[in-house]
Amino acid sequence: MAEQQNDSLVIAGTTYNSRLLVGTGKYKDMEETRLAIEASGAEIVTLAVRRTNIGQNPDEPNLLDVISPEKYTILPNTAGCYDAPDAVRTCKLARELLDGHDLVKLEVLGDQKTLYPNIVETLKAAEELVKDNFKVMVYTNDDPIVAKQLEEMGCVAVMPLGSLIGSGLGILNPHNIRIIMENANVPILVDAGVGTPSDAAFAMEMGCEGVLMNTAIAAAQNPILMASAMKKAIEAGREGYLAGRMPKKAYASASSPMEGLIVG
Amino acid sequence: MQIQVNGDIIDVEDNMTLGALLTQMDLGERRVAIELNLEIIPRSQHAETKLAANDRVEIVHAIGGG
Repeated sequence: MAEQQNDSLVIAGTTYNSRLLVGTGKYKDMEETRLAIEASGAEIVTLAVRRTNIGQNPDEPNLLDVISPEKYTILPNTAGCYDAPDAVRTCKLARELLDGHDLVKLEVLGDQKTLYPNIVETLKAAEELVKDNFKVMVYTNDDPIVAKQLEEMGCVAVMPLGSLIGSGLGILNPHNIRIIMENANVPILVDAGVGTPSDAAFAMEMGCEGVLMNTAIAAAQNPILMASAMKKAIEAGREGYLAGRMPKKAYASASSPMEGLIVG
Repeated sequence: MQIQVNGDIIDVEDNMTLGALLTQMDLGERRVAIELNLEIIPRSQHAETKLAANDRVEIVHAIGGG
């Protein structure tokens, strides 16, 4: 157990005990958001930046009151941005909103049907943000070459998709994710596509540094229970990875000794 | 004078400050970030920043997202 106590996730020099990162979208209300995030044990929590509705009720609870920056590491995202200039603007607004906090999740999308990353714009935005001293955790596809380029540009974590955002289809190309991890010197986290605790555990067993998810928890029948399940799955998967799996064999290998058998 | 706030054109008093605009919109106490003509205006400068006709103001806040 001693090893596990030192087994932390390090992103941009900061140490985290939880390898589960969670989003705050799609919950029924602020209370459900708060309880699910708490049950997940996550320390890094994503949120979005949007125009403030004019004339909205000023008494309405603010997400930052529920998910407090004192308690959590807030990871503002650029979800909904389809080009580099919008993504960069969003990050700058987020930094102002969070009093200079410079860790961001860059996500530049290609189209509304797939929400697949637009890699050309992602690379442009990453370059500009790194130059502007942002610490960029970048959502990307499972292309090992692009992942390496993003790392070389100075992104602090690279986050390939398991499958399409909100699809719950799991990790569709584990082979590519493995190649990305083999080449990487920054944490690789699976972002998007996880649907079940077994998907999350699978990603962790492969050796991913962490998993970022939102819909798998928020769209569960019981989000708070699912958040707790995901927490355990991430921990189990990580311990399984560290423990090292048994080799696969084509034939059986008895677990009980043959010696002293009463038959024969 | 007319300015644009979050895409909507609104009428405000001439020489209004950003701080006064936020107060008028009941946003004085809320945690928001402001962009004026694509430039971030730090919170510490809201009170003294004067608005001009046709300015484009973006006011954003944090919401749930993944």
